[in-house]
Amino acid sequence: MIANDVKITPKLVAEHGLKPDEYQRILDLIGREPTLTELGIFSAMWNEHCSYKSSKKWLRTLPTTGPRVICGPGENAGVVDIGDGQAIIFKMESHNHPSYIEPYQGAATGVGGILRDVFTMGARPIAALNALRFGAPEHPRTRHVVSGVVAGVGGYGNSFGVPTIGGEVNFDESYNGNCLVNAFAAGLADADKIFYSQAKGVGLPIVYLGSKTGRDGIHGATMASAEFDKDTEEKRPTVQIGDPFSEKLLLEACLELMATGAVIAIQDMGAAGLTCSAVEMGAKGDLGVELDLDKVPCREEGMTAYEMMLSESQERMLMVLDPAKEKQAEAVFRKWGLDFAVIGYTTDDLRFRIKRHGEVMADLPIKELGDQAPEYDRPWIATPKAAALATSDVPAPNDIADTLVKIVGLPDMASRRWVWEQYDHLIQGNTAIGPGGDAAVIRIGEGPKALAFTLDVSPRYCAADPVEGGKQAVAECWRNLTAVGAEPLAITDNLNFGNPEKPEIMGQFVGCIQGIGEAARALDFPVVSGNVSLYNETNGKGILPTPAIGGVGLLPDIAKRVTVAFKKAGDAILVIGETKGHLGQSIYLRDILKRREGTPPPVDLAIERRNGDFVRSEIRAGALTAVHDASDGGLLVALAEMAMAGGVGARIEAPRDLPLHAWAFGEDQARYVITLPDAMVKPLLDRAARAGVPASRIGTTGGDELTLGSGAPISLKRLKAAHDGWFPTYMAGPDVMDAQ
Amino acid sequence: MKSAVIVFPGSNRERDMLSALEKITGTKPVAVWHADKELPKVDLVVLPGGFSYGDYLRTGAIAARAAIMDDVRKKAADGVHVLGVCNGFQILCEAGLLPGVLMRNSHLKFVCRHVKLEVANAKTAFTRKYKQGEVWRCPVAHGDGNYFADAETLARLEGENRVVFRYAEGTNPNGSLNDIAGIMNERGNVMGLMPHPENEIEDLNGGIEGRALFESVLEAVA
Repeated sequence: MIANDVKITPKLVAEHGLKPDEYQRILDLIGREPTLTELGIFSAMWNEHCSYKSSKKWLRTLPTTGPRVICGPGENAGVVDIGDGQAIIFKMESHNHPSYIEPYQGAATGVGGILRDVFTMGARPIAALNALRFGAPEHPRTRHVVSGVVAGVGGYGNSFGVPTIGGEVNFDESYNGNCLVNAFAAGLADADKIFYSQAKGVGLPIVYLGSKTGRDGIHGATMASAEFDKDTEEKRPTVQIGDPFSEKLLLEACLELMATGAVIAIQDMGAAGLTCSAVEMGAKGDLGVELDLDKVPCREEGMTAYEMMLSESQERMLMVLDPAKEKQAEAVFRKWGLDFAVIGYTTDDLRFRIKRHGEVMADLPIKELGDQAPEYDRPWIATPKAAALATSDVPAPNDIADTLVKIVGLPDMASRRWVWEQYDHLIQGNTAIGPGGDAAVIRIGEGPKALAFTLDVSPRYCAADPVEGGKQAVAECWRNLTAVGAEPLAITDNLNFGNPEKPEIMGQFVGCIQGIGEAARALDFPVVSGNVSLYNETNGKGILPTPAIGGVGLLPDIAKRVTVAFKKAGDAILVIGETKGHLGQSIYLRDILKRREGTPPPVDLAIERRNGDFVRSEIRAGALTAVHDASDGGLLVALAEMAMAGGVGARIEAPRDLPLHAWAFGEDQARYVITLPDAMVKPLLDRAARAGVPASRIGTTGGDELTLGSGAPISLKRLKAAHDGWFPTYMAGPDVMDAQ
Repeated sequence: MKSAVIVFPGSNRERDMLSALEKITGTKPVAVWHADKELPKVDLVVLPGGFSYGDYLRTGAIAARAAIMDDVRKKAADGVHVLGVCNGFQILCEAGLLPGVLMRNSHLKFVCRHVKLEVANAKTAFTRKYKQGEVWRCPVAHGDGNYFADAETLARLEGENRVVFRYAEGTNPNGSLNDIAGIMNERGNVMGLMPHPENEIEDLNGGIEGRALFESVLEAVA
């Protein structure tokens, strides 16, 4: 057993991820040397993952309020009013480091953690999405990580019973040693029955609920705040093990308990487990907390206070209960076969006191633990502006058709069916638009209301210009919601970056936040929750800046939704928005010409809003038969995707005022491809002209080929073979980890 | 028609089933807790989809030993209609109410997609509203749907027309023998199938052909 009164050496401090000046801060705060348990508690509360010490200053600049926002950042998840007394509760959170070390369990517990964040607040989860980023396909470990992460996401979500309806899957060599698993969940609750973590009342019982505590995940949050090196493999014991079955029981038990009115405050045990949840509940309520660890249900024998306070065993909750309803509450948990133990009570002395075997193992000022965490204004340097790339510097391909086939079959562009067929995307019976479109749509109850969900970011844009890239991520998210007919409501952000102690990385972070803030303000799209994941580096090399944006939109009438698929022959095809042929940082440039150059396409937020509002109003008027935003890959790729989705081809006439490859593969923003019956084109063009929205007809649907001008037709069969084929073919290759 | 849906710890499509039954039969079904000893008097007992007991040990193995299962056996013996969907099918096999076993999908991955189902026997209480040989679209969502039985059992099932649904048009998603998607007992009042007809009942689902299964039972018990 580890003694509690060991000498705290500089080495021990360093092993806890605390810097010498941070340790000095602890000494100043408590006026004595901490016990080992106390050192563990400080390391858990003050690591980057839990304290946001490098990012806080910048996160404060984001817009977080709006007429529909019920609760912004700071709680387990954000809460947004969707009318009729209902609220949507959502958040996105990373589980990057564990997922690289142990892909299945890392991803599974990431999903478990975010689901818990949502139902802790009283919501029944109705949707899950995931933004996944992996190393280069040819990297020896990538296939193993993809296979494990996808199985883990599915394994947890499928068993728990939430539809996993979308997200992103991308590949880049910068993630070779550090994959990203960003899990998003949303749940539905009554707007007047939301549960918060702030404890209220002195002397009230603090109850431990859910699974037992084991030694898994000790120091998981500290690991998540460090870079990877060659010893990463040895960190496997810090990864938690997920049990979706227990989580499902916990969900049902919590919702049943909440309905009894017994719950005063509730907080899930996520990162830093019992420590973080107890401190947050007390500190938010200006109350002290005293815990008797002898009462904590344990899975293993002989656990010390240190281990129990730092365990990240999954599927656990902490609640402050109305003592009058304790028996009733216990009965609910017994029925579901879960542990229920009163392990402490609230106090009025603002101390965080931990007892084990009758001895005080820790006695710390609770407010300071949370509020006095170090905060850094880290030095940063702005990312140097890239030189713009002229279209004349980007050679045209020999054959547009061959190039299109190549692009739709690229690792980043191919169909993700191999991935999402491993996710139950139909459970709950409300999936109106599943994975594979611009945004997924879930009906609310029996309708007619519905919600749309999407996750977006283009890391290559963020790397080239963090501000424009940050803007673009928010704008694309807004556009994807608009493209199905939804009114964009709010976002959650998952900010994945490298080591913030490097000024150039910090500069990427600052730039992206600036861009996200600008776009969120201009589009009235507030940030209501989020998560920061720093130190995504391996052997000193950082990932591409990846601020993933998760957006939620509202459809008042689910009947007025649109999908990307061409519906039938004879519909007119129009482009909304202006095509300038911007090829800098495009997929064409990166993957066909193998050049990472130029500026990303600029985002004009006023135009973005004007074009999007127009498209949404046309969808709601029932005028459009298909809508797709034109983004990655450009206009021709969007057209090919629409044709493949509908099994209907098209004849396209490209305008002659642009080089064909720039028109086809340029990634100008604020654009949508729409289809509508031929007879309705003229009135729509008139309305567009009145709204000042560029709109032009480029073709007509029909046949089973895509034909561009006088070029040779490209059969949908050939496009589909390339598009559908890449993922299964790639994954059928050998898993080097199995071979070892 | 009165119906009951049994809720096991880890069931997760019970809400889909309760909702589908209410929409189609017009009567709210009763949710019955696994630890109860007795089912209410109903015309149809449904074991819904999910991951009862986390699929730990073997899919359906622990739930098959739940307290309520004695009464399910008794009701089945009395001729009450019993339907097991997905995990419910697995439980019925583990409980000995249906022959055979559902193994891990042959490709070892969970699969959620729409498949084509052929009505292999339209003269049952669960399929009388379908046409013999009719092919309809239905979703599957499972990791263990690979139906297996020994040669003798399989020959009996086929010989007695007890294969009710088969995966059609090359859409067998799991490696099931003889493309089996659903089977029934000798008496014809207990059926299990892997696909989810309860998720194919309204326009939102993209098809409504799952309704006929429930409408068949509705007609059969009328």
